[in-house]
Amino acid sequence: MNKHARTAFAVLAALAASQALAAGATLRIESWRNDDADTWNDKIIPAFTKAHPDIKVVFAPTPPADYNASLNAKLAGGTAGDLITCRPFDASLEMYKKGQLLPVNDLKGMASFDEIARLAWSTDDGKTTFCVPLAAVLHGFIYNKDAFAELKLAPPKTLPEFMEVLKKIKADGRYVPMALGTAEQWEAATVGFQNIGPDFWAGEAGRKALIAGTQKFTDPQYVAVWKELAAWGPYLGDGYKAQKNADSQNLFALGRAAIYPAGSWDIPVFNQQVAGSFAIGAFPPPLPKAGDTCYISDHTDMGIGINAASKNPEAAKVFLEWLTTPEFAALLANHLPGFFPLARHKIAIEDPVAREFASWRETCQSTIRNSYQILSRGTPNLENQLWNVSAQVVNGTLSPEQAAKTVQDGLDKWYKPAR
Amino acid sequence: MPRRRTLGDPVMIRSRFPVHVLVFIAPALLIYTLFMVYPLADSIRLSLYTLDEAGKPHFAGLANYVTMLTDPEWSGPFWNALGNNFKFFAIHMLVQNPIALVLAALLSLPRLRLRNTYRTLIFMPTMLSVVIIGFVWQLILSPLWGVSASLLDLVGLKDWFEPWLGQENTALVTLSLVSVWQFVGIPMMLLYAALLAIPGDLEDAALVDGANALQTFVYVKLPLIMPTVGLVSILTFVGNFNAFDLIYAVKGALAGPNFSTDIMGTFFYRTFFGYQLQAGNPTMGATVATLTFLIILVGLAVYLFGVQRRVQRYAL
Repeated sequence: MNKHARTAFAVLAALAASQALAAGATLRIESWRNDDADTWNDKIIPAFTKAHPDIKVVFAPTPPADYNASLNAKLAGGTAGDLITCRPFDASLEMYKKGQLLPVNDLKGMASFDEIARLAWSTDDGKTTFCVPLAAVLHGFIYNKDAFAELKLAPPKTLPEFMEVLKKIKADGRYVPMALGTAEQWEAATVGFQNIGPDFWAGEAGRKALIAGTQKFTDPQYVAVWKELAAWGPYLGDGYKAQKNADSQNLFALGRAAIYPAGSWDIPVFNQQVAGSFAIGAFPPPLPKAGDTCYISDHTDMGIGINAASKNPEAAKVFLEWLTTPEFAALLANHLPGFFPLARHKIAIEDPVAREFASWRETCQSTIRNSYQILSRGTPNLENQLWNVSAQVVNGTLSPEQAAKTVQDGLDKWYKPAR
Repeated sequence: MPRRRTLGDPVMIRSRFPVHVLVFIAPALLIYTLFMVYPLADSIRLSLYTLDEAGKPHFAGLANYVTMLTDPEWSGPFWNALGNNFKFFAIHMLVQNPIALVLAALLSLPRLRLRNTYRTLIFMPTMLSVVIIGFVWQLILSPLWGVSASLLDLVGLKDWFEPWLGQENTALVTLSLVSVWQFVGIPMMLLYAALLAIPGDLEDAALVDGANALQTFVYVKLPLIMPTVGLVSILTFVGNFNAFDLIYAVKGALAGPNFSTDIMGTFFYRTFFGYQLQAGNPTMGATVATLTFLIILVGLAVYLFGVQRRVQRYAL
C-alpha cells in the first residue's frame, strides 16, 4: 500500500514539477531523505507556501545510497535542483570548493546557529558557511521501561552502574541485556565508541585536540573507551557477531532485549515497531564517574544549500531564511522525531522519547563524532578504521591497546597536524 | 575430423575481399568494442593518471601500481583481498565442481526417475537474485531467528552452532559455500551435457569388457569429458575473480569482520566509489580493476597453454 502511495506520489510530484516549470518560479530540493518525503510534502512545504504563496517548492529525493553519486552527476550535467541537501563535512566542502554551492553567511537567520552547528558546512578556517544547518542526531541508550520495572532497575547514571544493570539483567535471564550486533561494524563505532566516548575525552576539547595533534588515540582517555566496549561482549545476544542492525532493532522491538544503544534516528522506528506493546525510555551515555560533566554526541547530520547554478537564487534564499525560523524547527522536531533542529530556538517536542533525548542538550555539552572533521580525509580512512577496530574490540579479537595503536598509526600515516 | 575449408583453400576461386563477411561481423564487433573493449581500455588508461584537488587528471605513469604494490596501506588490503579471492576460488574448485560432476553423473544414470525435476531444482538457485540468496542464507544461519541452530539442536549438536557469518575464521568459508550452493547448477549442466554426448556404444563396449559402472565412469567417461572439466575450471576462475555481489549483499563494502571476506570485487568497489567518509579514488580503483584483469589474464594464459593444449580430445 505504502509502496503504491509512494509511486503515485512520485508521479504526482513529477507532474507538479513539470507544471511548476511552466509557471517559471519553482524550487526543487535534492535530498537523500526519501523516507521523509511525506513529511516534507504534507507538512513542511505547505507551511512554507502558506507564508510565501509566490514560491513553489518540490521535494525530489533520491535513495540514500545513490544520493552522492547521482547528485554529483546532476551537478556536473547542470540538471541538479535549486536546493541541495548537504551531507556533513567533506562531501559538501568539496562541492563548495568546486563552486557548486553558494555561501549563505549573509542570511539573517544564520545568527541563530552556534559555531558547532555550522561547523559541518563551513570551510576549515570557519569563515564561510555554505549550507544552512538543518538537523542533528543524538546518541544515547533506549531501554524497555517495563523490563526495568519488572527487574526493579533504574536507568544507570555511571558506567559502573551500567555494568551492574547489565549483570543483573543477565542473571535474571529473561531478557538479552543489550541489543547490539557487530556484523555491520558501524554500530560498535557509532552507537558504541562515539556514544559513550565524549564523556571520556571531554567532548569538543578532546575532538579539537585530536585535530591539533595534542592528543592521540593511544592516550588513556581513548583506550579507556575501548576497554569499556571490550566488557560488553558477554551481555549481547547469542551470536551477536552475525547480528545485523535490523536484527538488533527487532530483538528490542519484540521485547526480548532490555537496552538498545541508539541513535535518535531509531526513535521513529521503535515508535512504529513497538507500537505501545511496552513502554520505552531513554538515558544518556552513563558517566565514567558520578558528578563528571556530561557530554553527548549531538551530531550535525543534514544541512541545505543553494546550487550555484540555480536560476532562482533569490527565491532559494527566501526558502533558506525560512528554514532558520522557529516555525520550521518546530515542524521538523515534531514530524520527524529523532532529527533535532540545530537552531537555538525553544521548541516543544511532543514525542516523549525524543523530548528526553533533546533534554540532554540542556544538561550536557554537545559535541560531534571526532572522526568527521578533517581526520577522515586520508588513506587509511579513520572512520572505516574506527568501525573495524571497535567491532573487533567488542568481538574480543583485538585488545583496546591494539585498537588504539592501529587507529593512531593509520592517522599518523598521512595526517600532519598544523602546529 | 574433417578439415574445414578456409579462405586460402584452392576451392575459393574468386580472391575478391569478402565484403559480406564484414557485414556479418560488424554488429557484434561494434557492440563488443563499444561495451567491452573501449571501457576496458579506458579503465586501463585511467589507472595511469592521478587526480589533483580540483579533480583534473595528470599522467602519472605506473605510479599508482607502485603505490598499490609497495605502500603498506594499499598493498596490505590488496594482498589480503587477493589471498581471500584464491581461497574463495579454491573452495569452488574443491567443493562446487566435484559436486557438480557427481550430480551430472547421477543425472545421466539411465534408470533415474524424475530426472528433469532434479535438474530444474538444482539449477533453480542460479536463477535467483543474489540479494535473495544472501538474505535467505543470513536468515537460515542467523543465531537469533535462523533454523540452523534449532536443526542442530534436534540432532543434539547445538554446541556446534556458531555465528559463522560473523567470525573472522569462518565468514569467508561460509560465504563461499553459499556461493557454491547457488552456482553448482551451471557446471552441473555443462558436465551433464558433455556426458550425454558420449555415444552409448562406448559404454556398451566397456560393459562387454567387464567394467562396472564406476570403472566405466572413471576410465571411459571422465577422460572423454576432460575438455569440459577444463572449461568449467576456467569459467569458475573468471567468475570467482569477478565476484562481488554476494559479499556486498551480506557483508557490505567493508567486508568484515576485519576484512576477512574482502575479495578483489569489494576492494575495487571501496576504492573506486568510496565508502561512508572515505572518498572514492577513481584512479586507484582503476588500478585495482586492471590488476584484477591481469590476474584473470594470467590465469587464462596458464589454462590455455598449460592445460587446454595438452588435454587429449577424442572425436566421438
